Amino acid sequence: MFKKILIANRGEIACRIMDTASQMGIKTVAVYSDADAEALHVLEADEAINIGPAAALESYLCGDKIVDAAKRTGAEAIHPGYGFLSENPDFVEAVLAAGLVFIGPSADAIRAMGLKDAAKNLMERSGVPVVPGYHRDIQDAQFLAVEAKKIGYPVLIKARSGGGGKGMRLVQNSSEFVGALEGAVSEGKASFGDGHVLIEKFISSPRHIEIQVFGDNHGNVVHMFERDCSLQRRHQKVIEEAPAPGMSEEMRSAMGEAAVKAAKSVDYSGAGTVEFIVDGSEGLQPDRFWFMEMNTRLQVEHPVTEMITGLDLVELQLKVAYDEPLPFSQEDLSINGWAFEARIYAEDAAKGFLPSIGRLNYFEMPDDFARIDCGVSEGGEISPYYDPMIGKVITHGEDRHQALANMRAALDQTYIAGVTTNVGFLAALCHDEDFSKSHVDTGLINRRLDSLISCGEAKSIDIAVGAVMLFLQRLENERASFGSEFDGWRAWGTGNFYIDLIHLEQNHFCAVRVIGEDRYEVEIENDSIALQLKPEFSDDDFSQKIKVEWSQGNFTVACVETDDGITVIGNARAFTYKLIDPLEADNTEVANASLIRAPMPGLAKSVKVGIGEHVVEGQVLVILEAMKMEHSLVAPRDGEIESVHIDEGDQVDDAALLILLKEIQSE
Amino acid sequence: MKLSWPKNRNMSKLSTKILPSSDTFKANRIANLKKLEAIRAVSDVAREGGSEKSRERHLSRGKILPRERVERLLDAGSPFLEIGLFAANGLYDGAAPSAGLIAGIGRVEGQDVMIVCNDATVKGGTYLPMSVKKHLRAQEIAEQNHLPCIYLVDSGGANLPNQDEVFPDREHFGRIFYNQANMSAKGIGQIAVVMGSCTAGGAYVPAMSDETIIVKEQGTIFLAGPPLLKMATGEIVSAEDLGGGDVHTRLSGVADHLAQDDKHALALARRAVANLNRVKSQQLLMQNPELPAYDPDEMLGVVPDDLRTPYDVREVIARVVDGSRFDEFKSRYGTTLVCGFAHIEGVPVGIIANNGVIFSESAVKGAHFVELCSQRKIPLVFLQNITGFMVGQKYEAGGIAKDGAKLVTAVATTKVPKITMIIGGSFGAGNYGMCGRAYSPRFLWTWPSASVSVMGGEQAAGVLATVRRDAIERGGGEWSAEEEARFKQPTLDMFEEQSHPLYGSARLWDDGIIDPRKTREVLALSLLAALNAPIEDTRFGLFRM
Repeated sequence: MFKKILIANRGEIACRIMDTASQMGIKTVAVYSDADAEALHVLEADEAINIGPAAALESYLCGDKIVDAAKRTGAEAIHPGYGFLSENPDFVEAVLAAGLVFIGPSADAIRAMGLKDAAKNLMERSGVPVVPGYHRDIQDAQFLAVEAKKIGYPVLIKARSGGGGKGMRLVQNSSEFVGALEGAVSEGKASFGDGHVLIEKFISSPRHIEIQVFGDNHGNVVHMFERDCSLQRRHQKVIEEAPAPGMSEEMRSAMGEAAVKAAKSVDYSGAGTVEFIVDGSEGLQPDRFWFMEMNTRLQVEHPVTEMITGLDLVELQLKVAYDEPLPFSQEDLSINGWAFEARIYAEDAAKGFLPSIGRLNYFEMPDDFARIDCGVSEGGEISPYYDPMIGKVITHGEDRHQALANMRAALDQTYIAGVTTNVGFLAALCHDEDFSKSHVDTGLINRRLDSLISCGEAKSIDIAVGAVMLFLQRLENERASFGSEFDGWRAWGTGNFYIDLIHLEQNHFCAVRVIGEDRYEVEIENDSIALQLKPEFSDDDFSQKIKVEWSQGNFTVACVETDDGITVIGNARAFTYKLIDPLEADNTEVANASLIRAPMPGLAKSVKVGIGEHVVEGQVLVILEAMKMEHSLVAPRDGEIESVHIDEGDQVDDAALLILLKEIQSE
Repeated sequence: MKLSWPKNRNMSKLSTKILPSSDTFKANRIANLKKLEAIRAVSDVAREGGSEKSRERHLSRGKILPRERVERLLDAGSPFLEIGLFAANGLYDGAAPSAGLIAGIGRVEGQDVMIVCNDATVKGGTYLPMSVKKHLRAQEIAEQNHLPCIYLVDSGGANLPNQDEVFPDREHFGRIFYNQANMSAKGIGQIAVVMGSCTAGGAYVPAMSDETIIVKEQGTIFLAGPPLLKMATGEIVSAEDLGGGDVHTRLSGVADHLAQDDKHALALARRAVANLNRVKSQQLLMQNPELPAYDPDEMLGVVPDDLRTPYDVREVIARVVDGSRFDEFKSRYGTTLVCGFAHIEGVPVGIIANNGVIFSESAVKGAHFVELCSQRKIPLVFLQNITGFMVGQKYEAGGIAKDGAKLVTAVATTKVPKITMIIGGSFGAGNYGMCGRAYSPRFLWTWPSASVSVMGGEQAAGVLATVRRDAIERGGGEWSAEEEARFKQPTLDMFEEQSHPLYGSARLWDDGIIDPRKTREVLALSLLAALNAPIEDTRFGLFRM
């Protein structure tokens, strides 16, 4: 076996590969950019080599620097992970040319699968089903009708230059075909000046199901069953599972055989994935799957396959790369239970899934009943330079129900503060009724997007917990030395403590009442919520949790102090709250200041501005000579000069109005 | 940070003879709860402030209600020891809850302060006679206990229909400013927040303060408001231009800080307190606070419904002091007065409590104990339930008046903080010996079951009836039992009304009526407030021997 390998990647996948390598007694070399000097993959590696600036183009995508690093450190092989250089045949050749081993398929296999159309043609020739369609030049209506029938209804007629639904017609049966064709052609001509159309099979309930394949250098190829990746948002996979819901043995072996055929057609070696589009409108049918593309690398979602097969795909990759034959045949493989993977991203679902950059000042995920593949730890940073994936949660169960229950629990017990994450979005998805009932298709997330996002929004109870936490934070700082039985003490009635907080730029006004030991009542927007907060102490002193009990159930949160507030995490959601500082009103005085007055009697030595002029804060407006001194009167804020009440050489009285400033009118 | 305290000393622990399952306990509890609920109902109304209509009008002006102003000023979790909540109850046609003023002690920026807040929803925040008395009482507490004062001003000044009772006398409106000047002279911070009108005499509250905050376009300060000005000189000017925040912070200098709104003003007031630079010095050997071993909740079942039913006051003490530990002094002598050392919320105290009528021995023992506490600078707590000093030929001859005078002298002249809790009867000279209002306890609190009068109603009616009967019989007339009963009834009624705690609390004879179950907390907060002032050396008056 190799003695030392280099991992040409970062983040969770680099750490994942190192884990297996070190279990196999293989030394690891990490490469890193300037931005990743303290990243987890650098800390976990036996050696680490800096390969340049933060931008990936100048570091992780520089094949020569990586090959050079491998040679300098004496690594025998390079594992590319996924992304970056993993499917770059030129890099593969450069690695081989340097006398090193590339842990992955041949450059030829990558090339063959890299060009999508060519790959489809190759597959068609090899007997792998591809999405039926007519993409050629003959435009005769009779001819096209025959083609449509061959493809099988329903079909889509699309204007070749079309887009945005224009020039597109869905045809359910042959009687509608000619009329629909005329419509598509004329619309194509009118909108794009091109009446040329193509015809494709219409898949009404498309699912994304892929087959994991594995080949060795001795001509063996096996498949490791399927993964269902239908939960996607803008073609990005969100949650993957294996096996696929509703999969029959017949369909599975048909797909498996097709995938093996595809791999064999390019003499595939190592881990690969053959992606299919499947028509799920009438359940899974063995004749309704079609080749999409083949990914010639280890996939992000490979752990779900590992969970149901008990295999370590990275271990197999290393063995195969070392020329060992696969240690098993197809018959030896079987499926055990069910697995899910959810991808945790630093992104803000409410803001259109914009990446969220920052430092993870609190990070905790359950590792007792879930597998966590992670590339960062507490204190680590999500930088703007790379994919903002924090890690993956993988759960397993005897059946789908159990595995999904574990996933929900794992997300509920994921505590991340410092960046906004999609954990709440994922949790909402895991509670989606259709998904729970195995009704998945690639359009599901898009259809539910609004409700999935709003599930992650703070509700009254969340704001109430935030208000109590802010109250307790103040209490901690302001409580006198005597006992807690005096907290909020009143001779008659109950004391109110007013907590005005900001959450996501919105103000909330809460009154917190102490009604017993650890018991509070929060009045918030005409709602009154009674809750009890019980500190939970774990073995780990650093992760004190608080159990929240209220009329509608219990949940556990962690509370993290940030620079200017707190983040309350729990229930698969994280909310940041900040106390409104009334003293900030001090600044509004300046912000609103619009009168420039003479501070004392004097002579206007010079007037530097005129009506309509835009000035910036601190800009000199007038120089006043008084008591033998020159005083510069400056703009208290940005603004526009509305009027000027003095001329140079004027003698002015104390407090005389000199200049009037107004807001700059936005055009 | 956890404070480290010396380990608590081993003291004698009281043991109770009360059975919470007994019928007596249950009956007492029901009777006392009834009295308590009557007071609670009054407290609920008082805490509301003015009518709903006037509160809505207040809010519609963008102003925060007075109680919220006070609570926003306080530190998070701060207790608030309110003074005079029941002031003016039943007076002025019931139209002046709390006399239009909220006053009390709370913590601001970690310091105990006295807050006095006008309630503009009650008669426009004008000063009725009881408002003046309450404001002065709050200032007296502040001065005695060295508590910085924060005035949240929103007041139309003196109540004109009552001007004769609020303006001219020594303890009237002018005294407020006299107190401000003298407290400032003693280094007791005076901070005003002008959150509404501050007219005429009221203008001197901010003007006499060390530091003043005014709310923009809401607070006004002027000696003569626009209506009076128009009368006096014919000048017509808006309130804001005459004495608004801009004028006073930019031109006149009457105020120091301009606040954008109420919340900003209160934050500025907190900032002003933070800059007072005061240190509460440690004067006593404190212990680690400890809850009583017996649940204070049992207090209502411990105390008999009828004041005439004797019970052991140690049962009350056991439900007040830390760990129910009580080192009794002279337990075998003058047993009708229970004296001893204990701690309340860690503060060492000397407790003097009645267990019956005061005899010469009890009075002398009490005087001795006051001397001990004064020498050692231990604060005194009086648990007052006293029918009076023992009377009769034997006792007069034994010098009960002389011995009573010793106790009264000791109580009057000691300089240690005194806190009085009226837990039962408070009659005649007993009230004096047990540190009644006239003896300037730092705080005086009353239980709902208390009864305060010069003597019992029965006795008073009896005395008057005897005098009357003598006169009738001297004239050879006859006086039937029915006639006598009819004669006595008005006196009985009057005493019953006037000895009720609400009657006294409305007139500020005390600082408030409290829930007996909260006795420990009220005493603790009173003591902790009192400890802001250094305990001076005592020089007693002459004891008649």
